[in-house]
Amino acid sequence: MSKKNPGKEDKMSKKNKRKLKEGSLAKRDAIVGLLFITPWIVGALVFLAYPLITSFRYALNNMRMTPLGMRFRYVGYGNFTEILFSQTDFTTEMISYLVSTIISVPIIVVFALIIAIMLNQNVKGKGFFRLIFFLPVIIVSGPILGMLNQEGAGSLTSIDTQAITSILESSLPGALADPISDLFENMVTILWYSGVQILIFISALQKIDRSMYEAAKIDGGSGWECFWKITLPNIKPMILLNIVYTIVFISNNEQNSIIGLIQDSMFSGTQEKGYGYASAMAWMYSIVVLLMVGLFAGLFMSRKDVYEKQVKKAKKAHKKEQRQLKQIERRSARNAKKNAKASRG
Amino acid sequence: MLKRMQKQAGDKASAEQIVTPSGEVLIKDKKQITKDKFRKFMLGSKDREGFLKVFVIYALLICIGFIYIYPILHMLSSSFMTLDDLLDSSINWIPSSFNLDNYKQAAKSMDFWKSFGQSILIAGLPTLCNLISCSIIGYGLARFEFPGKKVVLGIILFTFILPSQVTMIPTYVLYSNMGILGTIWAFILPAILGMGINAPIFILIFWQFFRQVPKVLIEAAQIDGAGYWKSFYRISLPSAAPAIITVSLFSFVWYWNESYLTSMYVSGITTKSGWTSLIIQLKNFATNYDKYAQTAANGAASINESINMSGTMLSILPLLLMYFVLQRYFVESIDRTGITGE
Repeated sequence: MSKKNPGKEDKMSKKNKRKLKEGSLAKRDAIVGLLFITPWIVGALVFLAYPLITSFRYALNNMRMTPLGMRFRYVGYGNFTEILFSQTDFTTEMISYLVSTIISVPIIVVFALIIAIMLNQNVKGKGFFRLIFFLPVIIVSGPILGMLNQEGAGSLTSIDTQAITSILESSLPGALADPISDLFENMVTILWYSGVQILIFISALQKIDRSMYEAAKIDGGSGWECFWKITLPNIKPMILLNIVYTIVFISNNEQNSIIGLIQDSMFSGTQEKGYGYASAMAWMYSIVVLLMVGLFAGLFMSRKDVYEKQVKKAKKAHKKEQRQLKQIERRSARNAKKNAKASRG
Repeated sequence: MLKRMQKQAGDKASAEQIVTPSGEVLIKDKKQITKDKFRKFMLGSKDREGFLKVFVIYALLICIGFIYIYPILHMLSSSFMTLDDLLDSSINWIPSSFNLDNYKQAAKSMDFWKSFGQSILIAGLPTLCNLISCSIIGYGLARFEFPGKKVVLGIILFTFILPSQVTMIPTYVLYSNMGILGTIWAFILPAILGMGINAPIFILIFWQFFRQVPKVLIEAAQIDGAGYWKSFYRISLPSAAPAIITVSLFSFVWYWNESYLTSMYVSGITTKSGWTSLIIQLKNFATNYDKYAQTAANGAASINESINMSGTMLSILPLLLMYFVLQRYFVESIDRTGITGE
């Protein structure tokens, strides 16, 4: 790839040199820019657009692998209704996934923020702590987490999770209690997910202007007020970034049971399952994930300035008025013409 | 800074004297002074943090740090235990003897050296391709203006959020039609085209980085006769060294740890190709070990926690070593990429 491109570019620039008299620089830049991202465009067509469309087609079919190749049988929304209403495993897994994600995302982000704020103080051995908190990012992966959970290293034996679990189960309905008690049992793995987030928060905190805090202190602001009025608004974009990252990470993690479910049904030999069934499941899952990201993003997206909003509104109103004026003008002109015609006639 | 630390250390020393009950014996008017001092010391003043706050922060950090490495410590300690140690309830952390048998057996059952070599290939080659393609794409997005650029950026963000499961099945069929299923090409090809694992993140990192390269520099190079490619390759790329380091480290780690796609595309689920990696071996550790134990002549022990843990340890050991050698680059990576904006 790397060897191929320079030749292309050279040819391109030579060719363009001759044309240069009439062609503008901006146009040439645009062409070269497109050339630079050609690999991505090809990749997106082959490995994104094509699979997306095909996957949707699969989802509408019942597919069977035969020695002669794949056999399609169009079933419409059959796969979707089958997953949602006939088979129970997907819906139950989905509910527990949703509940546990909605609970664990804020926990992870808040926890990461607290750690980052603590590390941002004047702490000795900051590098050492950062080293420890980032370590899980390096080694976290499906099989390792599975192995650790299997041997009980994922939960803290010193904290009595049994008591918490039993209280939860007696006070909450089953669909809610199970994910929450799972959360307590796998506390360590939850914490392990927050390595990248901590680093993002630390580097965001370090970029906040110190003088702002000094000014606030002179005006008599306490540390608590400084946190809410200076720190939080400044790192708000990073909070959104971390939330999105956390959701994506949790959703694409192999420990996620829905992903296992999709894979199982993909290679299952039963009549109604197979590629089509798995595709339908994957589509529904992706839509749920996208919706969740959208929900959190909507909650944390920086709102537009009030002033800007007002300006926009005024501009819109002005435009509307002008349009109306023009309309009236046109209409009156037409009417005048008509009248003139009528009087002549 | 140093002065302040010394001062703190001095205060700490005096604190011990105050906290001890010997303070009670002091004369009354002196007691008032020490009380004030004590309060100031504990709660802090305008320009100095109080001992209480510092203490709480350290305590929390150390506790949470312990929780973080608890699984690793647990893994390490139980990987050295013999079966007797495991059953002995009096042994909690420190095994009775330094026992490497578990490691030997785990390594044999995982076919350690072969899987290790292939792991490096599986992680290394796509990383290289990722580096080349993402830097080119990132540069194209950062340096040039062309119609549809916003759409491209939007799609890149979208691919980051989109779960890979939705495209997985057709991609699987596509690879098997192309005849690259079960070969390393199933990883290399998408990586070359900027569609590798987590490639959107890498593209965005490069994009962010190349935007910071001053345009004047590139214009100067072009006036001196550098073409588009040369001004990328000779001017922009060398100045993006931090981004290159970050991307290659993370790409390597993520490819190394990817078990799902590796098992699906490269090592094969239904039909086994020759490819394997340490993580794949760990995933199928129990069955692999059973197979090994049956064929082993010298009566290998049946699978137990220690052997599991040594297997896990073996599969993360290369990454751990890499992390401790290159820790600075890992920890500073996020600072350097400028994700948080300048």
